[in-house]
Amino acid sequence: MSSDATVVRDRRQERVEFSDMSSSPAHASQPEYALLVRDLDKSYGDVHAVNGLDLAVHPGECFGLLGPNGAGKTTTIEICEGLLTPDSGRVELLGLRWDTHEQELRQRLGIQLQETQLADKLTVEETVRLFRSFYARGRRVEDVIALVQLEEKANARVGKLSGGQKQRLALACAIVGDPDLLFLDEPTTGLDPQSRRQLWDLITEFKSLGRTIMLTTHYMDEAEMLCDRVAIVDHGKVIALGTPLELIGSLGAEHVVEFALANGAAPIDDAALQALDGVRAVRHVAGAYELQVSALHRTIPNLLALLSRRGDELAQLTTHSASLEDVFVSLTGRQLRDE
Amino acid sequence: MTSNHVRAATDDGAKDNALWQLITVRFKEYTREPEALFWSFGFPILLAIGLGIAFRTKPADVVHVAVVSDNPRAASLTTALKKDPGLAVEVLPADSATAALRTGRVALVVAAGGADSVRYQYDDTRPDARTARLMVDDAVQRGAGRGDVLRASDTHLRERGSRYIDFVVPGLLGMTIMGGGIWGLGYSIVDQRRKNLLKRLVATPMSRAEYLLSYVISRLVLLTVEVVVLLGFSTLLFGVPMRGTVFATVVIIVVSALAFGGLGLLIASRSKTIEGVSGLMNLSMLPMWVLSGVFFSSENFPRVVQPFIKALPLTATNDALRANMLRGVPLTGMLSQLAVLVVWMVLCFGIALRIFRWR
Repeated sequence: MSSDATVVRDRRQERVEFSDMSSSPAHASQPEYALLVRDLDKSYGDVHAVNGLDLAVHPGECFGLLGPNGAGKTTTIEICEGLLTPDSGRVELLGLRWDTHEQELRQRLGIQLQETQLADKLTVEETVRLFRSFYARGRRVEDVIALVQLEEKANARVGKLSGGQKQRLALACAIVGDPDLLFLDEPTTGLDPQSRRQLWDLITEFKSLGRTIMLTTHYMDEAEMLCDRVAIVDHGKVIALGTPLELIGSLGAEHVVEFALANGAAPIDDAALQALDGVRAVRHVAGAYELQVSALHRTIPNLLALLSRRGDELAQLTTHSASLEDVFVSLTGRQLRDE
Repeated sequence: MTSNHVRAATDDGAKDNALWQLITVRFKEYTREPEALFWSFGFPILLAIGLGIAFRTKPADVVHVAVVSDNPRAASLTTALKKDPGLAVEVLPADSATAALRTGRVALVVAAGGADSVRYQYDDTRPDARTARLMVDDAVQRGAGRGDVLRASDTHLRERGSRYIDFVVPGLLGMTIMGGGIWGLGYSIVDQRRKNLLKRLVATPMSRAEYLLSYVISRLVLLTVEVVVLLGFSTLLFGVPMRGTVFATVVIIVVSALAFGGLGLLIASRSKTIEGVSGLMNLSMLPMWVLSGVFFSSENFPRVVQPFIKALPLTATNDALRANMLRGVPLTGMLSQLAVLVVWMVLCFGIALRIFRWR
């Protein structure tokens, strides 16, 4: 790892010297933020996709944009990538702006789009070599292919790869220019659990190089697994921001209890549930009750006692540790997966 | 995953040239598509073979005629007609003769007539029927004792360059250049846009000019192969003449290829679906297939539409190629055709680059 750290520092050093010579203020020092977004707005006709969105991503951070489909994640990330123009707002990447430093930014960014079909007729090796040729400096083609574990498929046609392999190839194309800032738009959507895990390992590894990553996802477990900080986005706005632990902690509850009563049972008063030991909040989701609780071992016996006093029968009872999913539900009253 | 992979250092610019990569990728994609190879090489050759066989030079056709058997003078008429080697005569009952005439098996029927008259039945809109009328009447009148007033003698002129195959090969060449330019650029670019690959490419530092240039260069290289195959085949097998200088031929082909490349780029500049671009390609190519003199001369169309036809790029290409190959006209003799092509090229590239949708 030490040699990588050196490489990174050397590159930074070089840029500082270069900028000293050109005395361009944009380069004068390492920018405080790898990505800074202020008051971003973008509409498509009647649809207000992004509505006054702010973001600040620190260098070396893995930052997650989390939200349901249609929340404005892809629009936001594509504006950051310089592929869409915002209606208003300011975007700065690595201290640079698209309208003044497009060429330099293109050299220093790595991008994976949500849906790209690479050329089916080319091999893995040919595809990575093509992308490598666009960057003035970057990684060796063989090394990148090894990094995404596609050595055995290096001479296979892209059309013959599995979904997970294609996604890893897309990642290879995104990092072959050795980017300072990597954008990943829904990197594991549609993949089987094993392929997702494999991709998470690769992203974690890239992160360990000290580069900045910004990713979008609607998988809560993915955000919890990969991201240092997360912005929860809904209707084009950031509605919560923090580390996954902070966000989950903000619920004040470590566990979630979901239960439903057998048909015909009279509804239970929220106040009665709220009064149970350890219950922090009560919600109703799709005909079931959802309790956010801080002490599962005290709440469950009390809940069962309450139900038996009422003579109600349980149709369903589950518990899980509180997750970002619960944070989203708690903030919006909706479930991510319903969207 | 070992930490070796992570440590893979940057290679500081030891990379392949981007334009070269784009061009080689284009070739690889193309040669791995067997159908595309057939349409560019196989199709024009098969067409040339078919037309060459159908319109090969052969002895002048024999004209088939029939004499109705209930004509009282059928025997003497038949004898008179058989003296002309250009006529094939058969004697048929009246109804069979009419049927043969309707189906085109015979061009003319000598019907029953009076003692000192003959009556011919034929379709006066058919050129071969009118030829038959002249030949039959001549033979009948001679048989009846008419003599020549003047003495006539024939010299036959059957020259290379005036056969149908000589006419059609430059047309096929023009059609190949048009199809290659329009399909080669249009289909492939829209396919990349549809797959979001174009958007992915512009998200890299790739030069857009080099991207488009790679298409133009790979098209020109492929076209060289297509032209050499088609012309080599036509000159060797059918003896189609190449009377102009090679330089002039190359200039015409390159200018045409750039004009049609520009048209292909323009057609592909906005479309997001293969269906959409296919419609536009057919819409632009179909009028030229019909009007621009690929299979038959565009002079057959009315005079009023001639200026329009002459302004079509394929007409300019075909006219220039025919003048060059068949008559050896130098480039200075085809400036108007070259000007038409240059105008198309400049307009199409200019508009296409302005409205091109990169995402």
